[in-house]
Parts: sequence; structure tokens; C-alpha cells
Amino acid sequence: MVVIGVDIGSVATKGILISDGIQHKTIFPTGWSPRDTSEAVIAQLLHLSGMERQRVTRIFGTGYGRVAFDQADKTITEIKCHARGIAELLPEVRTIIDIGGQDSKVIRLGERGQVVDFAMNDKCAAGTGRFLQVMATTLGLDVSDLGSAEDPAQRLAISSMCTVFAESEIIGLMAKGNPKSGIVAGLHQSVGKRVAAMAKRLGIQEPIAFTGGVAINQGVKRALEEELGSSVMVSEVCQYTGALGAALLALENV
Amino acid sequence: MADYQQMWTDLGMDLEKHDVLCEVLPEAFGGVYLTQQDRPKGMDFYDFVVSEIHGVRPAEMIQHQKEGGKVFGTFCVYVPDEVVFAAGGIAAGLCGGSQFWVAGGEKVLPANTCPLIKASVGARLDKTCPFFLIPDMYVGETTCDGKKKAWEILAGEVPFHIIDIPQKKRDRDIAAFAAEIQDFIGVVEKVTGNQITAESLGEAIKLINNKRRALQRVYNARKASPVPISGKDALLVTQINFYDDPARAAQMANNLADELEDRISRQAGVFPDNALRIMISGTPMAIPNWKMHHIIESLGAAVVVEESCTGTRYFENLVDESATTLDGQIQALAERYMKTNCACFTPNTARIDDIVRLADEYKVDGIIDTNLQFCNLYSTESYLIKQALTERNLPIMHIETDYSEQDFEQLRTRVEAFLEMLRK
Repeated sequence: MVVIGVDIGSVATKGILISDGIQHKTIFPTGWSPRDTSEAVIAQLLHLSGMERQRVTRIFGTGYGRVAFDQADKTITEIKCHARGIAELLPEVRTIIDIGGQDSKVIRLGERGQVVDFAMNDKCAAGTGRFLQVMATTLGLDVSDLGSAEDPAQRLAISSMCTVFAESEIIGLMAKGNPKSGIVAGLHQSVGKRVAAMAKRLGIQEPIAFTGGVAINQGVKRALEEELGSSVMVSEVCQYTGALGAALLALENV
Repeated sequence: MADYQQMWTDLGMDLEKHDVLCEVLPEAFGGVYLTQQDRPKGMDFYDFVVSEIHGVRPAEMIQHQKEGGKVFGTFCVYVPDEVVFAAGGIAAGLCGGSQFWVAGGEKVLPANTCPLIKASVGARLDKTCPFFLIPDMYVGETTCDGKKKAWEILAGEVPFHIIDIPQKKRDRDIAAFAAEIQDFIGVVEKVTGNQITAESLGEAIKLINNKRRALQRVYNARKASPVPISGKDALLVTQINFYDDPARAAQMANNLADELEDRISRQAGVFPDNALRIMISGTPMAIPNWKMHHIIESLGAAVVVEESCTGTRYFENLVDESATTLDGQIQALAERYMKTNCACFTPNTARIDDIVRLADEYKVDGIIDTNLQFCNLYSTESYLIKQALTERNLPIMHIETDYSEQDFEQLRTRVEAFLEMLRK
């Protein structure tokens, strides 16, 4: 059977095609049209696998753009898809911390990897990839370089959680001649603190997995571990967790 | 809609601004309500009331005033309507439920005030709602700090009486509330010029109890599976009952209940019998706030009960009708009202008992505990509710939201994920 899972996030659209147990994956910037981007992702997956569209049995969609994804046979929330994806990648995990482009989530899993509870920070950019993106621009850095740009030993405190105020704060820190590496460490800590507080409120059970695009950033991982007081696991394909979950649920036709 | 322009002009309304509201409401109502399939015939009356929302009932109230009667605007299920009707007055619930009025309230209130208070103040100050302009007196109460101070602002606009609500539920608190009812009787007698007697109060107690009994019948029908009426429709019935004539309200709710009971006997429902059954608990949803119900029901789950002031708290308890003296009736009223479990009381464990009992009675699959943004009382209490329900293995999710549309998609994702969790 051939199935596809597409996770249409606010920043990136991720797709996974599973054909006889073999996975093909691709990622595109979502851009302004989630519908067009998801079509491009499907076309790319078919190209990578050398598969004909007619041979695809089911396509499941997830992520914030799923409502506009008219090619999907079914749409499922990213919460359930992340749970399913992690059950495959890191089956022992009991808590998922997912930080994406526009929201962050904490998902608690039961014995069978099912969702038992979740919390979302969904009204504010603090503690999301968007926060880091805005700060990277202010610092003149690329968001993908933030992880290697920090120096925790020189960490500066960023007290503002609010994206707008934090931006003014780092402009002030730069004006005083502080090193970027210390500011970046402070930004990571700010995200880690915010998300760890949400996780503690929901209740954490170890082991913990960190998923979503921001999980690629080693600095946020470090800060999260410090704030949680425990280590977090990051899969090599952390950014694809939701798409993988959608593809597996399509395979199982859940 | 019939032409009410003259009436609105006489009330001193801002017609230009009001036209904007009149334009958006039918569209909102159409999208949320009229798209539903197989609605009970009995909802026609409520649809009609909404279509004439600022016309038909206000016109009746103004007619009442022309005949020498008085109108009292209220904001809380703790205000005893019985007293007003016993003096030949009309009581009407005024709470604002639209984002349209929020900006008007924000002109005078702090940003971190709940949308219900902002909308209520805004509706009056902007002069865009006839219900807020008609009353001869507003009756406030002390259920939260935001309201207490908002009353002081509104008191510059309209004669005001404030009922002091106790914060605990000891016998001496019930006695204190009885004394408040006694004072309220004096105020209402003075405003209306009519004396309240044991006979008139006894009749008013029966009048309001009958409305409560009718609403109880509608809600009892929602215990059936498949559920014969949507949560949205049931919510609308309750919302309109806050300001409709109580005798007619009872009649219409009873007609609807007859139809729902017939549907149950035929196993006819508006959702499939395997649809998830959801309870909403928390803060009131004043008309036209249908946001949470719309999100939940659009995702295929049925809202079967509301543990809120626009739900069970409004009608669950009846006033004992056996007292024959004013003192006895006042005591019976005090005892009945003090059974209502609002988060303004401490401790308020009886509310948890209510939610657990309702979850069982209505066979709910999950509870969505929701409060209006900046409602400290209900949002703080949500922690204790979640703790208590989790101990009993009742799935619960807490949502804080306002009247705006800005969080609609995020809320939809959260509710959808909660429903996925319940489906296993």
C-alpha cells in the first residue's frame, strides 16, 4: 500500500510517502498558499518514489493548514499525529514537547502512546519558532544558525517574554556592545523557560521527546533540559514527526 | 424585520452604529444556526425572536412603561426576578455577548476586564442596544470585582441598585442574603409604586418556577441518545429566556419539550447516536455568544449540557412554594438562590459535585471547562475542577477565550484534538 502524510505548518510543509515500508520525505516552505504548497509536496514525493498518483491509497493531512488541504482523504490534528509519529520514532516517550513556527504544545502520552492530555500556547508568539525568527532577523542572523551561534557561558538574561518587547530589549543589549552569542543563549533560555513552565503545569512524565522545527536548534534543546531538569530526546527527523504520524495513521486508516 | 426606527430614535439610540450591528447579526445567526439540519419546529419561535431581536421584545417593554409599568435590567442569576414581577414590573437579563460592544466598554474600563462586562458597559454607553436603554433601573450584584466597579461607572447613566452577594454559604450568609432580598423588595416597591404582598410574591414565585420547570424539561430531553436538539439550539432557548416574558417563555419551552419528548420516543436525533457528548462548564454565554458551541458541534460532537449561568445554574433549583407569609417566602427565595454554585463563593466544592453529577446524568464523554478571558474566579477554579475530574477519570479540557474571532482556528485545533482523544 502507498500512503502520504502531509503536515502543513505555518513555516514549513512536510510530507512523507510510505510505500511497502520505505519512507520518502520532503519539505517545502509553506509560503502564502498552503494549498499550492501541499500539492507541490505531493508531486515531489511522487517524483522521489517514482510512484503514480493513482497508486496512492490514502492521503492524510495535518497542521494548521489542513483545513485548506482539499486533496486529503482525512485531516487529523497535529497533536494526534505527533503522538503517532513519536510512538514510531521513540516508543518509550511519555511526554512530547513540540515547538513549531506559530505555537508550542506539550502532549502527554499513555501506555499505548495515545494522547492522554495536552496543552497549547496558541495566542502569543512567545515560546515559538516565530519568536526566534523575529529575534534572528534583529540580530542579523539566519534562524537556522541560531543553534550554533550561542555561548551559554556568556548568557545574558532576556526578561521580556513578549516578542515585541524582547526585540527592543535585544536592540538595547546590542547597543551596549554585548556579544551576540550571549544574547542568543538568553533567547534560547527564554523559549525554554516559557515552554518548560507550560509543561510543568500539565505535568511531565519522562522520557521526554522534543519535536517540531525548533527541535533542530541545539541551544533550545539545551535550555529546555536546564529548565526541565531532565534530558530530552530529539529524533533525527524531528521536523517530520507530524507528517510521519499522518502517514502512519493513513496506513492504519484510523 | 418590522420598522422600529421611530422606537429606536425615541430611545436615543445611535442609529448609524446600530445599523452596522443589524447588518452583521443575521449573517452570523444564519451561519451558526440556520445551517443546522432537522431542527425542531419549536425553534421557529426563537428564530423569530432573534430576527426581531431589537424590536419585538423592546416594543413590549416600552408598551408596559407607557401603561405605567417599570422595567429592571439585571446581570446575574442571583437577582431574584420574582420580586420584580410581584410588583408588576418586568425584569430583563442584559448581559452583552457580542464583540461589537467591547470597544465601547474599553473606552472606560481597563483592558484586563472580561468581555461580558466590557460589552455590557459598551452597549449602554454607545447606545446601540435598546434593552440597555429601556430600563428604569439597573440591578447589579457583587459577584466579581470587575462588575462591582463597572456598576459605579454605569450608575452615572441610570438609577442603580446593588444586591450584596455573600461569599460563603453558612446559615448566617443565607440570612444576610434574605435581608438583601428584603431591601430589594423595598427598592422595587418604591420604583414601581406597587406594594408586594404575600399573594403577589407567591404568584411570582410560581410564575418563575414554571419557567424553570419548562427549561428543566428541555434539558431533560437532552439526556437522551441520540440527542433530539443541538446544544446551540438549547443555548439559544436559555439565552432568550433571560429577557422574554416568563409566562410565554414557559409556554414556548414546554411546547419545545413536547416535541423533543416525541422525538425521543421515535429515536429521532440531530446527531448520530455514537456522536461524542460534551458538557460545557464555566462562565455564562450571553446572546449572541455561540462561539464554543459552534466550534464543538461543527466538529461533529454534541453539546448536551451547560453547567453555567446560561445553563443549569439558571433553572436547576426551584423556590419552595409552600410559604404563605412574606417572611417565609423571602427565606425560601434566599435558600433557593444560595444553592447556585458560582465561583464567587469560597470554597465552592459544590460546583464540582454539580459537574460530576451532570456528567453522569447526561452521560457525557468529556467536559470542556471554559471561561471568559480575565475572569479570575472561574479560571482559577478551573485548576481545582481539572484536578477533581481527573481523579474521577472524567476527561476535561480548559479553554479561556473571549468574544473575538481571532482564536477561532486555534480553538478548533484544540477542541478537535480533545475529541480525537475521547474517540481513542
